[in-house]
Order: sequence, then C-alpha cells, then structure tokens
Amino acid sequence: MAETVPRNYLNADYSIWSWFLTKDHKRIAILYLISITLFFFVGGAAAVLFRLELMTPKGDLVISENYNKLFTLHGIIMVFFFLIPSIPAVLGNFFLPMMIGARDLAFPKLNLLSWYVFMIGGIISIVAILAGGVDTGWTFYTPYSSTYANSQVLLAAVGAFIAGFSSIMTGLNFIATTHTMRAPGMTWFRLPLFVWAMYATSLIILLGTPVLAIAIVLVGLERFFHLGIFDPALGGDPLLFQHLFWFYSHPAVYIMLIPAQGVVSEIIACFSRKRVFGYAFIAFSSLAIAVLGFLVWGHHMFVSGQSATAGMIFSFLSMFVAVPSAVKVFNWTATLYKGSIHFDTPMLYALGFIGLFTMGGLTGIFLATLAVDVHVHDTYFVVAHFHYIMVGGSVMAYLGGIHYWWPKMTGKRYPESWGRISAILIFVGFNLTFFPQFILGYLGMPRRYHFYADEFQVLNVMSSAGASILGIGYVFPLCYLLWSLRYGRPAGDNPWLATGLEWTTPSPPPTSNFLETPIVREPAYNYPPLGDGEGDTLRQEKIRRRRQGEWHPTQPPREKVTTP
Amino acid sequence: MNAHVAHHFDNAEQQFATANLGMWLFLVTEVMFFSGLFAAYTIYRYLYPEAFHEGSRHLDIVLGTINTTVLLLSSLTVALSVRAAQLNRRKQLVWLLVATIALGAVFLVIKGVEYGHKFEEGLVPGSSFELRHPHDETFANSSRARQVELFFAVYFAMTGFHALHMVIGLGIFITVLVLAIRGTFHSEYYTPVEVTGLYWHFVDIVWVFLFPLLYLVA
Amino acid sequence: MERDYQREFTFSPPQAASTAAEIDWLYYALVGMTVFFTLLICALIVTFMVRYRSTARLNRRIHVSHKRLLMIEIGWMLPPLAIVMGSFFWGAAIFFHQRQEPADPLRIYVVGKQWMWKVQHEGGRREINSLHVPTGRPVVLTMISEDVIHSFYIPAFRTKMDVLPGRYTMQWFEPTQTGTYHLFCAEYCGTDHSKMIGSVVVQTPEQYAQWLESDEEEPAASRGRRLFQQYRCNDCHTQSEDRRGPPLANLLGSQVVLADGRTVTADLKYFRNSIRNPDDQVVAGYQTVMPPYPQITEDEILLIMAYLESDAAGSGSGRAVQGGATDDAAAPDNQPPNQPRNGQSRDPQPGSNNQQQPQEQQQQQGEPPE
Repeated sequence: MAETVPRNYLNADYSIWSWFLTKDHKRIAILYLISITLFFFVGGAAAVLFRLELMTPKGDLVISENYNKLFTLHGIIMVFFFLIPSIPAVLGNFFLPMMIGARDLAFPKLNLLSWYVFMIGGIISIVAILAGGVDTGWTFYTPYSSTYANSQVLLAAVGAFIAGFSSIMTGLNFIATTHTMRAPGMTWFRLPLFVWAMYATSLIILLGTPVLAIAIVLVGLERFFHLGIFDPALGGDPLLFQHLFWFYSHPAVYIMLIPAQGVVSEIIACFSRKRVFGYAFIAFSSLAIAVLGFLVWGHHMFVSGQSATAGMIFSFLSMFVAVPSAVKVFNWTATLYKGSIHFDTPMLYALGFIGLFTMGGLTGIFLATLAVDVHVHDTYFVVAHFHYIMVGGSVMAYLGGIHYWWPKMTGKRYPESWGRISAILIFVGFNLTFFPQFILGYLGMPRRYHFYADEFQVLNVMSSAGASILGIGYVFPLCYLLWSLRYGRPAGDNPWLATGLEWTTPSPPPTSNFLETPIVREPAYNYPPLGDGEGDTLRQEKIRRRRQGEWHPTQPPREKVTTP
Repeated sequence: MNAHVAHHFDNAEQQFATANLGMWLFLVTEVMFFSGLFAAYTIYRYLYPEAFHEGSRHLDIVLGTINTTVLLLSSLTVALSVRAAQLNRRKQLVWLLVATIALGAVFLVIKGVEYGHKFEEGLVPGSSFELRHPHDETFANSSRARQVELFFAVYFAMTGFHALHMVIGLGIFITVLVLAIRGTFHSEYYTPVEVTGLYWHFVDIVWVFLFPLLYLVA
Repeated sequence: MERDYQREFTFSPPQAASTAAEIDWLYYALVGMTVFFTLLICALIVTFMVRYRSTARLNRRIHVSHKRLLMIEIGWMLPPLAIVMGSFFWGAAIFFHQRQEPADPLRIYVVGKQWMWKVQHEGGRREINSLHVPTGRPVVLTMISEDVIHSFYIPAFRTKMDVLPGRYTMQWFEPTQTGTYHLFCAEYCGTDHSKMIGSVVVQTPEQYAQWLESDEEEPAASRGRRLFQQYRCNDCHTQSEDRRGPPLANLLGSQVVLADGRTVTADLKYFRNSIRNPDDQVVAGYQTVMPPYPQITEDEILLIMAYLESDAAGSGSGRAVQGGATDDAAAPDNQPPNQPRNGQSRDPQPGSNNQQQPQEQQQQQGEPPE
C-alpha cells in the first residue's frame, strides 16, 4: 500500500533542467555532493597508486615523473576539490538556511553559479591531468613552477584559481545569509554551533582566498610572459611566492577544519541528549581560530631562508592556536559527562574525530616548535600531522554529518550496522595508514620521495596496508548509502529526535523549507533535562521502534498485532 | 509599481540590505586580491628604490592625472545617478549612467594609449623588454635594467587588473543602463544601481592608491 | 662506528651532532605530552561512553553555576597555554643557537642543482653527493642553488636549510660521532628529487685531514684559474696602470671602498654579487663597465674563489671568506682597503714601481693574477 509521498524538494520536478537550473540551496547541495564524491575517488585513486608504489623502496610501478604527478594530483584534488568545498558546500548549503529558519540562502543564483564555477575549475584540472599532469606538488613553489617545470602548470593553476572563486561565492553567501535572514527570535546566541562554524569559515574564505588567487595569477603570468617576479635571475624573490601562498593556505586548513568542528558539535549534542558544554566558548573559539589563523603562515617557512626573527614571531603566534582547539576538545568531552550516550554511526564518527583531532592538533605543536620543525619539516611527520587533522578529522566529521543528516536530505534511513562497521573500519585503517608516518618522519624520510632508503620499508608497508583497509572503509558508505536511496526505510521528520529547526520539517523537506516562518523562542540544543530513570527521549524512541519491529533497515513497519 | 521581492526574502528592505551587504563583502575580497599586488609592490620598491624611481619617470604623468580626474568625475556621476534613482528621475538617471560609462571608456582609451607607448618604447616586460640608456650600450643587460623591468611587471599587473575590473564594471553598467532605460528603477527599487555604484567607487579608490604609487614616485 | 640500519629498528636517527641530543629530548618531551593528553581524552571519552551510555540508569542531574562554568573554561585554557609556551621557549632557544654562526668554523660550500649536490671544502677539495666533515669543530655550510629551491637535510644532525637560487643560505653543526649518515634533498625540486641524496661521512680530524690531502682530481684552484682565463676576467682585472677593474689578489676578506663612499668586506656574497650585478657595488675609482656574467654558474663562482684564495693568486693558503668574519691572517685593521689606481696603490705588485706598504709584508706575496 503505497503512501502518496508529499511534495518535497526532490520530487518537485524530475526534469534535468530543473536540476541544472535550480536555485534551491538543497538541490545545489546535492549537486555538490555528487561532484565532490567523484573528486574524492579520483584523488583517492591517485593515493592508492602511490601507496602501492611506496611498498618498495625503489620505483617499480611508475617512473618518477609520473609518481610526482600522482602526489600532485592527490593534493590538488583533495584540497581544492574535496576538502575545501565538502562540508560548507554540501552540508552548509543544505542546512545553513534551514537552521536559521530561512527559505533559502541570500543569493540563490550566486549559489548555483558557484557550483558551475566549481565544475569548470574541476574540469580544467581534469583536463590538466589528462593532458599530461602537473608535477609541482599542490604547493606550486617557485621558481620550479614558474620557470622550470615542464608540466601542465598553467592549466592546473587556472583550475585551482577558478575553484577559488566558487569558494568565495559560497562564503559570501553564508555571511550575508547569517546576518540578514535569521528567523524572528533566532538571535546570534541561539544559533546552532554549526552555523557559527560556517560563519567563521566564511570569514576565512573571504579574506584568504583572494590572496591565493593573486599568487596563482602571478605564477601564471610569470610562466606565460617570462616576467621576473619570482625569479632571482631577473631580480625577483622566490620567497615572495611562499608568503603569498601560505598567507592563504594556512587559513585554508582552518576552512577545512572549522566546519568539521561544527558538525561534531551538532552530533555530540544530539547523541548525548544535552546541550553542548560551553556553547559560547565553542562559538568564540571558532572565531578565534579564524583570526589567529591569519597570523601564523610563516610557520611553513622556518627553514625557507626566512629570517630567524620572523621564525620566532611566527612560532610564538602559532602556539596560541592550540588554545581554542583545546577548549573545544575539552568542551565536547565535558558534554559527554552525565549525558545519555547513543552509539549511532554519526556519534562513532564524531568520537573518532575527537581522538584523532587531538592527536593531529598536538602534533601541530611539534611543528610549531622551531628546533623540532627544523628536523621534521618536509618529512613524513608533516604528512602524518595534516592527514590526522584532514582525514582523521575533517573527513570523519564529514561522513558523520552525511550520516546524521542523510535521513533529512533523502527521507531514507541507512542501514545502521553497516554504518558502524564502516566507521570502525575507517578508524582502524586510518590509524594504521598514518601513525607509522610520524615515525618515518622523525627518522628522516622526506616527503614527496619516489625512492626511499631501505630502512624505511617496514613502516611504509604498514602504511600502505592500512591504506588498503581505509580505502575499503570508504567504499562501504558509498555502497550502502546509494542502496538506502532505493531500499532504505522511510526516515520520518526527526529520526534522531534532535533539536534544531531543520528537524521540524518533513524529510525530505519541501522546496521552501518552512511552510510558515518559524519563530524561535528557545535556546539552542534545548534537550529535555536528563534526570534519573526512564531514559532519554531517543532511547525511548528506540525502544518503541524495537518493539514495533521498525529497527530493520528495510522492513516496513509490520502490522504487529498487540495482545490487548 | 512594486519592488520585485524574491521569494526567499520577507520584504524589500531585507532584500536591499542583503544586496548591499553582499556587495560590501565582495569588495572585501577585492581588497584582499589587490593587497597581494600591493605587497609585491612594497617589497620590490623597498629592495630597488632607484629602479622604481627610474621606472616611474617613464610613465606619463599628464595622462595619469587626466585619468585620475576622469575616474573621480565618474564616481561623482555614479553617486548622482543613485540619487536620481532615489528621487524617481528616470531621465537624469539614464544620462548620468551614460556619462559614467563614457568617462570610464575615456579612462580605458587613455590607458590603452599609455600601454601602446610602453610597447613602442620596449618597456613591456618579457623577452622584448629593452631599457636603453643614452650613454651606455651594456646597460640593457645590467641588474638595474632588470629591476626596472620588475617595476614594469608590477605596473602592468596592477594597472592591468585594475583595467580588467573597470571593463567588468562598464559591462555591468551597460546592463544597468538598459534596465534604467526600460524604467525598471524607481524610488522603491534601485538596488542594482546602488550596488554597481559601490563597486565603481571601489575601483576608483584602488586607482587613487595606484596613481601616486606608480606615477608619483620620482 | 657505523650502524646497520637494516637490522635495528629505532624511533630516531643516530645522534651525530652536538644539538641532536637536545632536540631529541624536546621531541620526546612533546611525545610524552601528546601521549598523555591523547590517552587522557580517550580515557575520559571511553569512561563517559560506558558510564553514561543511554541504557545505563543513573542520576544524570547536573547543576553548574555560571561562575563555575567560567572558571572551568578559563581553567582548562591555562595548562595548554603553559605547555605550548614551554615548548616555544625551549624550541626557540635551540633554534636561536642554531642560527648564530659559530666562531672559527670550518667552512664548506654547497651548490645544489637538479639533481645533485656539489660540495667544495676550504682549500679546494671537492666532492659530489657526499660531505666529509671532521668531529670536534663547528662546520658552517654556505649553500646556494643553480636552479630551483632545494633543501640540504642531514637527519642525523637534526638540521636542514633550504638552498635557494640567487642568495646564499647558511646552516651549521658540530659533528660528534663518526660514521656515515644520510643526506637528503628535502624540498621538492622536480623529477629526480628523491634521487638527490648522498652520504655525510663524519671522520676524526686526522682522517679528515688525510682525506683532504688525498685529492686525485684536478685541484679547484687550477680549475678556477682556467675559468678566470676562459671568462677573460684578466682582460680588465690586471696589474697594469690602465686596468678597468680592481685587482683581485687578496680580495677575499679585504675591506673595499665603494664608489658611493661605503666600505664593505669583500666576502663571498660580495664576490658573487660583483659577478651577478656588477653595477650594484662599484669600487671607488672605477667605472661601471663590467657586464653581468649570467653564464658563470654558482659552482664556477666557488672555483674562481678557490683560485683567488690560493697560492697561485698571490695570497696565503685558502682562508675563510664568508659572512664578514675574516680570520686572523686578514683582520680588518691589518688589511688596508683597496685604493684606486690613481692614488697610491697598496696591492702587491712585484715587478711594478709601486711601493709596498709595511703591513702587507706580513702576508706572503705571490704572483698577481695573470
């Protein structure tokens, strides 16, 4: 007995043009979801290839030139076409308006344009790969990139440049929306922490990305017109590029991190059934990280020939960034205290995030410490550090967010056991892949090495073995999430009984989000106080579902005959 | 005549405020974009002060001053055009927009003339750059010559991007002009005029910084 | 003593230089801190997960006053701040020491180019993709690149520094343990970046001295002399009255008066700049006629320097010339600044009519540059 599905943003119009010319932020989010998933697997495939190559100290699989192109591809695609857009362009686009009670973002057409610009940048980058690839590393250091490289530097630079504009458009949209389109009663301090995170991220995007744009443009001009801006033979300074590049690229890592922290706040609140501890401190921490992030770029340049004084100043300032991040970790942990903890898949990802982010963040202190950084700069220690944060952190939070909001976005529930298995597999595979790299780094194995010294082999094999587990772990969600679209159980409006305006709408939501503009009267995370006894509301709901046979991933509720 | 309020806005005021905020935010990104170029200028001027003096002497102060005046004037016409829209004076609005576009075009033509001169004098950086010295044949290869070439690289990058922003601005103004002729704007709705005007003022301000830094060094 | 890396598993490279141990201490302190906090957070999370799991029935009432909340928040900001500041000061102290050039070092020159390292010792002994150094004395590496940015990394010494085109960079270390250690390029520089590696051979001072002597290749000084002639430096830099460029004997380490009145020390940086940007620092009394010589590579600059420093060029045995620090044989007040040929020339010119100043008889006078 098929129920008539109410009109929602997905079934409002099935035509192809209604998707490619949509102005609905939710559809644009889905467009982004599909594209970045594709880019993720392209970047991931490159990683599979070079991790395979790194099983042996010599080059067996590919020649050096191609190895260099593989790690460059991995970096460019993962940074510019996966991590930077991921949470903002998918989850931010979908849920920022809903969380503040708006019908759409401030500039819907700009939003659609941002996706097209993103795709153009992405296609140009793919063309750069197909036309022979780039081998400069995602960091494009001059004068190698501007004068010496014989690969598709110009094309790749143009691709990244264009993708940057997509990012700027999204950030601009988010800031304007948060300022002017909050529903009545939605004051700043009633906003979900995810919105604070999106806002802080957007500030970074707006201020940082244009500087990357000019850095890339100057490299392109130098390459094309043989100018001498970065070429010492013509009076230029190669370090100027590094300053311009890192002025963006350090804040960029916070573009990739802060949204993840926002997602984690949402998930921890819901699956502890209580308000996040220290709400205001977490909100201000996001802003603090955004501001501090602009003051520390020189810590990528301690051994670049930069003066020792500059090195000391940047090291000193970099240390302060540890504090707001520590504050967040402590606050999340404190949220668990006397909460009522549920272990659904999103929570497993969020908890994994806290542990791995702690490690990744603490190893950042090693890199900010001058004398240690001199030794481990440009070694696998750095690679391990940023993968702990970007993969152990951001990717896990992204997956957690996808699972958390999947029922709302699609109206379907994913199979929970598969979700948990995958989360655990990813956690284990991740640690196996990247922990050995800390040791490799301190032992002295440099980054971006196709050939390496024999004594590094054991750790490299461990890392590659872990990578295979990690890779499988990523394929599972792809499969069962797609599966759930067809066979998953209908989700209902609020399967997690979470607070937040997005959960007050049907799943999937109607095109205009809210039939009536909501009026907000309560603080954020207004979960009923946990007392002693019967269990929190989600627990009770789960008990009810189990009793009525609603726990199975696909079975529709059985007509259970209850004995009177 | 009603203001066109998009479905996701509650009222015209919210739409106008949002559009304004959006343009201001965009201008922030433009400031950051140009700041990279200003950083390059600052560093190289600090390193090679004499070369920058010499390079600046090759620029035409007269044309530069005319351009500055033209651009400042066009900001005036823009501001007046916004006022005309606010006061429902369609004809005045249209003529002021035409004046703005014309002044912008004059600027670009003069810029083109300057670029043409540089091309003839062999001062375009790259393989064809040649700084000739009246008394010294080997000067062209000297480090000073390369530093002057660097000045011109910075000059062309800065004024080139500025000119690009002006071209884009003119394109938008032409669209706004067409809409104005059709009578789209009135005291309740003139948002495109306002935000494009904001953008134009920004382009003007960038020039106000560029002009002394590039032309008035010597 | 060499270590067999294939068999032993370690967490850190051998400690073969004076600062290595201290850096390892700092590193392990940070490791301890990291392990502690990671375990602490994980333990807390696991404890809370188990104790407060949704199926557990217990009292979950909390009451935290606003003031208490503030105290907690400020409270747990302080230990992390203290720890990171501690790490900063410790690391900065070591770093500061690492960036101060030591007194009386052994100077070695390094040129990096895609994809090899060329090393030249004081006195002219050269090697490729290896670096021989003695224990017990600080070694200063003055490095430059012919092309792109490289980085000279010796894990066993815990030291690296980027090697840039266009300017010299410096790193120093004092080796303490003999053996052979890895040398890696640590800044991606193109196709064979991972093959731009070599060995650092730490020897006893006696072994090192022996190694320096056992040079079978053509000496750097004679190669430098050939380059001097090949590039026709001696067309202008002669001893005759109408020379167009200042004489170059005893140049390195001397004080030079420039046309704008300043006096500078003719160190390696000055020497190189005179070849790359000759009109930058013109010597007093001479015209700006020297063209730049972009075709002279960084490596050749070092060879020519070796020639100028050597006996053949008319000075004592090769002496240190970098960084303004001249050693005892050429202390600034012993060495008169170069004078233009119009005035009284103080250059050693056996066979010319000029008087020789008393100070200069302290140095051996050899042949002027031919």
